Amino acid sequence: MIPDPNSLYGPLDPAPDAGWSSAPPRMGFFTDTSVCIGCKACEVACKEWNNVPGSGLDLLGMSYDNTGALTANSWRHVAFIEQPLPAGHRSPPFTGTPTGEPVSAASAAVAAGTGNRTGTDPGLPTGAPSAAARMATSGPADVLGDPIDAGQRPRHGQGSGDAGAGPQFLGMPGAQPPGRGTGAEGRADFRWLMMSDVCKHCTHAACLDVCPTGSLFRTEFGTVVVQEDICNGCGYCISACPYGVIDQRKDDGRAWKCTLCYDRLGAGQTPACAQACPTESIQYGELDELRERAAARVATLHERGVPEARLYGHDPNDGVGGDGAFFLLLDEPEVYGLPPDPVVTTRDLPKMWKRAGLAALAMAAATVAAFVGGSS
Amino acid sequence: MIVIQGSNMAEAHPVGFQWVMEAKRRGAKVFHVDPRFTRTSAVADSYLPIRAGTDIALLGGVVRYILDNELDFREYVLSYTNAATIVSEQFSDTEDGDGFFSGFDPETGSYVQDSWQYEGHEGSSGSGHTAKERDTAAGLRHESHGAEVGGQTRRDETLQHPRCVYQILKRHFARYTPEMVERVCGIPQEKFLELAEAWTRNSGRERTGMLIYSVGWTQHSVGVQYIRTGAIIQLLLGNMGRPGGGVMALRGHASIQGSTDIPTLFNLLPGYLPMPHHADHPTFDEWVDSIRHPGQKGFWGNARSFAASLLKAYWGDAATPENDFCYGYLPRMTGDHGTYQQVLDMIDGKIKGYFLLGQNPAVGSAHGRAQRLGMANLDWLVVRDLFMIESATFWQNGPEVATGEIVPEECRTEVFFLPAASHVEKEGTFTQTQRLLQWREKAVEPPGDARSELWFFYHLGLKLREKLAGSDLPRDRALLDLTWDYPTHGPRAEPSAESVLREINGYDVATGRPLSSFAEAREDGSTAIGCWIYTGVYADGVNQAARRKSRHEQDWVAAEWGWAWPANRRILYNRASADPDGNPWSERKRYVWWDPEKGEWTGYDVPDFEKTKPPSYRPPQGASGTEGIAGDDPFVMQGDGKGWLYAPSGVLDGPMPTHYEPVESPVRNPLYRQQANPTRKTYAHPVNSVNPSPPEPHSQVFPYVFTVSRLTEHHTAGGMSRTVRPLAELQPEMFVEVSPELAAEVGLAHLGWAHLVSGRAVIEAKVLVTDRLTPLRVDGRIIHQVWLPYHFGFEGLVTGDSANDLFGISLDPNVLIQESKIGTCDVRPGRRPTGSALLDLVGEYQRRAGITPGRNAPAVTIDSGADSDGEGRGDS
Amino acid sequence: MFMGSLAWEGVSGMGLRTFIEGWPVYRQLTGTDPLGRGAAAQSARSAELTARTEAADSVARSVCPYCAVGCAQRVFVKDGQVSQIEGDPDSPISRGRLCPKGAASKSLVTSPLRQTKVRYRRPYSTQWEDLELDTALDMIADRMLAAREQTWEDVDSAGRPLNRTLGFSSLGGATLDNEENYLIKKLFTAMGALQIENQARI
Repeated sequence: MIPDPNSLYGPLDPAPDAGWSSAPPRMGFFTDTSVCIGCKACEVACKEWNNVPGSGLDLLGMSYDNTGALTANSWRHVAFIEQPLPAGHRSPPFTGTPTGEPVSAASAAVAAGTGNRTGTDPGLPTGAPSAAARMATSGPADVLGDPIDAGQRPRHGQGSGDAGAGPQFLGMPGAQPPGRGTGAEGRADFRWLMMSDVCKHCTHAACLDVCPTGSLFRTEFGTVVVQEDICNGCGYCISACPYGVIDQRKDDGRAWKCTLCYDRLGAGQTPACAQACPTESIQYGELDELRERAAARVATLHERGVPEARLYGHDPNDGVGGDGAFFLLLDEPEVYGLPPDPVVTTRDLPKMWKRAGLAALAMAAATVAAFVGGSS
Repeated sequence: MIVIQGSNMAEAHPVGFQWVMEAKRRGAKVFHVDPRFTRTSAVADSYLPIRAGTDIALLGGVVRYILDNELDFREYVLSYTNAATIVSEQFSDTEDGDGFFSGFDPETGSYVQDSWQYEGHEGSSGSGHTAKERDTAAGLRHESHGAEVGGQTRRDETLQHPRCVYQILKRHFARYTPEMVERVCGIPQEKFLELAEAWTRNSGRERTGMLIYSVGWTQHSVGVQYIRTGAIIQLLLGNMGRPGGGVMALRGHASIQGSTDIPTLFNLLPGYLPMPHHADHPTFDEWVDSIRHPGQKGFWGNARSFAASLLKAYWGDAATPENDFCYGYLPRMTGDHGTYQQVLDMIDGKIKGYFLLGQNPAVGSAHGRAQRLGMANLDWLVVRDLFMIESATFWQNGPEVATGEIVPEECRTEVFFLPAASHVEKEGTFTQTQRLLQWREKAVEPPGDARSELWFFYHLGLKLREKLAGSDLPRDRALLDLTWDYPTHGPRAEPSAESVLREINGYDVATGRPLSSFAEAREDGSTAIGCWIYTGVYADGVNQAARRKSRHEQDWVAAEWGWAWPANRRILYNRASADPDGNPWSERKRYVWWDPEKGEWTGYDVPDFEKTKPPSYRPPQGASGTEGIAGDDPFVMQGDGKGWLYAPSGVLDGPMPTHYEPVESPVRNPLYRQQANPTRKTYAHPVNSVNPSPPEPHSQVFPYVFTVSRLTEHHTAGGMSRTVRPLAELQPEMFVEVSPELAAEVGLAHLGWAHLVSGRAVIEAKVLVTDRLTPLRVDGRIIHQVWLPYHFGFEGLVTGDSANDLFGISLDPNVLIQESKIGTCDVRPGRRPTGSALLDLVGEYQRRAGITPGRNAPAVTIDSGADSDGEGRGDS
Repeated sequence: MFMGSLAWEGVSGMGLRTFIEGWPVYRQLTGTDPLGRGAAAQSARSAELTARTEAADSVARSVCPYCAVGCAQRVFVKDGQVSQIEGDPDSPISRGRLCPKGAASKSLVTSPLRQTKVRYRRPYSTQWEDLELDTALDMIADRMLAAREQTWEDVDSAGRPLNRTLGFSSLGGATLDNEENYLIKKLFTAMGALQIENQARI
């Protein structure tokens, strides 16, 4: 009756471990971000199938991401990262364009035509003297309009001038608006990363471990699902999730997240997001097979000169025992807003519960015995 | 090798883009050329930033690269194109005419094409004077066939004759050097060479390359010529009619191809038959001969049968050979009756009523203010749509109400809003972008008063006929004699879409038997065909468009999924996938070939050739029509059976493409004195204006270039996406994308507001500062471009100003499509003014720019010499 | 240890044994799932869950109404309502995939913002009012005939036939069916109405 300490940590086939004696193969997602086109069909297909409510009408300014994060009302989330970095497969997109040079009102005057005065300054706003004054200065200005010292010119830093000298921008969604900190040397290289994020369906799912109601449970497919008829909204799962995925819905208080379309799986169907995905960025299948496929894809990309391709969440020996939904990334996980080294938050629970658990189980057994006995 | 230019395929056609990704997975290289780095660029192998409106310069550079390095697929070019054909000695090029080909008539701003003809055909073929063709958008007719040309031509197979097409082309593009490409387009030479090398390296006998475009090419004042340049490259490289090749036009609406084939367009009848012109086509014979061009090669030789069969389908028993099949019933064009002319006529009070059928011009058409003012000056307006769109509520919530230009209490337009049935509430066919018809089954009944267009027009027709019953006016005969008796079903008396499809397909009049092929069309009235190119869609009485044989149960061509016109052919001109002797060019690229044993063409697709005509067939002297097509003439709809590197007629603004600046440009044309397309269609109407471009003064009042397009998350004018919550929340606000450099220059903050001013309007948008836009160096100057989505309007879950309001109205001369991919503007920080202050701001800009409403820059550019206008002309 | 918090009010109405056997802790202790995280924790709803497409009364084979790629859709209907729209995996064009717009088709056709009643705005009015569909059809027919009457052109100045009206015009059709466009063109042409345009011009 004492749980094997290993079952909350390390490699494991989670469905049989959760009592599914004739469990089908573990199913999961492999999300290959190298072919993602950021169309968000996954977000919509998920909402349509699962009747997920609206998640707000806000322009977030995080590139094309107006969803923001995985929430109770967004079970798929496409992150967009704009980076002044080379993309392995591509020649530098802005080579030779004049982005390295400062631009000025004077250059706009030249660009506008003859460069001769015709009595109207180019683009001179008629109604805003401050803007006019700004444009009249020959030096470049940053986005806030502060003149920039030519010595340490941030290209277009938000704030006054530390972007050029600061640490390299990692592109963490939400950390900064796009279009900053590309360095005074200009920007020949650029890439735009897109990734459809989702619940990881951890092998060792802390959300499930801490759920006091049995609402969160491990399905026969090895996935982790919140049962909406059980959840009482206690919220323990939310702080337990090492990825910050699971979330409470404001109006009903219950926890919601990706179910990996448990209802569709039961009918032998593909989850809605994977079925919709136009470019096979989201692939659904048996986890073992997906892991093989992913390894082959990484090898192909390395061959084709994309050394930055790497897998995330595929390793059964990682801190969550490997993810049921894992990813091929083109940069460090942090860049996509993913924790670099997630660890199941209940990793040390077995030790702590060795003593407490015994007592609790004994009590529970006595309670059940009393009921069963009384009815016969 | 896939070149995507004038299209943002990953964003606008994401599911089609899966095949680009599939090709990429197999090793294909993807190039994307676009003014801004998009989601397509993100997965492309190479991205080339380009100054909007300069695509011909780039593509012309590729043509020159091919010809100078003799990288053309010579055997293909010699046999299948008109490279060897000798052109009239009267022809002179733009290179000798400072931007004009021979034959320009400054009076009408259009060409007389006689001098463009093949030698020996001057004056005897071609359109002659083209001013009329422009007004009737005659270029559209050529969607299914080439223009008139002599079938028998003089050729020089060595390609050395100075007047053969090959040499003319070579001279014409000689100045399109990598340096010139850089100077015009802002594309660095190394980037250009990367494209040119890859394109040529991946084309030829063993390999094919594909070109993909969309409205990024068509919505220009030189739009047709953009596509011509792409076609020239693909012909030179031997990429036409072959698998993995071609020029793919990605169309933007579920059945926009269908609505061109079965046109709701003023200048066409079904199957690209022209609507008659009052002066040119007074009689049936003259009309038919203008289509079939007696003496010309090719399948249009049967035009009389197609025309007679259409009229027979329209007027049934009333249409007889004796009365020219009621030809006299057809209305006649006198000029331009296009949508922009209509809008100006509405403003002028000439039009009383207007139907909008799933269309939202208040947001989706250029010059939104003109659209709304036009609608506000109607007697009545009928809007049929799923949602309450801007074009139905302009009188209530439009921007002109805010400025006081439209006062609801003073606006007399009577508005009928009729709810429409959605795509799942009716049955029928859509024709998708590759000419494939797919039948949709009806899933549910439409809610409430919602009805299909089929229901609406059928019952409207019944009512009209009822009201006119007994009329003895000649004008009413056409309506009363019309065949209008479709079976209906259900409690709402829904007409049978299948019976309409059967009429479109055509049938034998005597027996009612559906026809299998347009070869069965007869000119004696024994066949009735609603749209001859669709004949076969109902072959054997079976709805072929409804076929849904799984892709897993058939080969990769999937001929049993839906039905493609013509004749269920999936790749047009596929005879060219075999060499002149009929053998595949290569095993890798085999598609259609001649089987000498069986004596017929065979392959994976329906051969686009007479099935038993051998490759060795040579037409007898003087043969015309299909008989005139030789066994190695794959372009069977062209008058000479050849692919046209040079278009002796049919294209109104030149036999070859040449670079002109957009109508609104901050840059002087580096190639010619002539600044913009001299044949462009302009409207001198007080509501319309064009921002000044060099060499006209004051162009610097509008120093920035703006371009507009789609987002994945929205659809066109937003009527089907801003109203749908899961889409609205993905792109919830109008925004403008600017480069960090421009943001710094103008003083724009990320997520702050900006407003953009043109000579027509001022609109505001949230600012997205992004590295995806870059300034370009053009001829030593810095050019800033900004980008806007055009989806927003004032109704729906998410709203915003409409980008199309910024545009004026200038059209391509061939097809009368507006230039709405580029304009000039000013960009200013902060929100726009409201109320009358908004009008004051636009007026102020007009004054400073010297804009006189209704005045266009002259068609022929007059170089005012160096800066003749000085300080005095502008404001202070 | 991972004990369920029981909803006691659920007891009445089911037999006690059934209730007990359905109790997660009981299943946990007696079944294969001693930690109560999987099989034992599965709720009654979860156990009965199935894809709603399985329960559809009918499935219509359709095509996406947005762009021109022509992605095939399956439209699932339950009790006369659209219950799901998704890609048709049989299609050689789309292979069952949809973009966000295609994937939102169910929201499109079931949107609460859809207009389902005829609306009418009188000249100079500041508001909409209701109108019967048949009345609207009648009024529109009258207006068409009147506009045609007022603007009819029999012949040009040289006496050549014109046979037309420029009194009313139309724009639309690129999202309509071929059959619909065919009837529109046929009817308008027979009325002599020339000014029929659609998105293909734009």
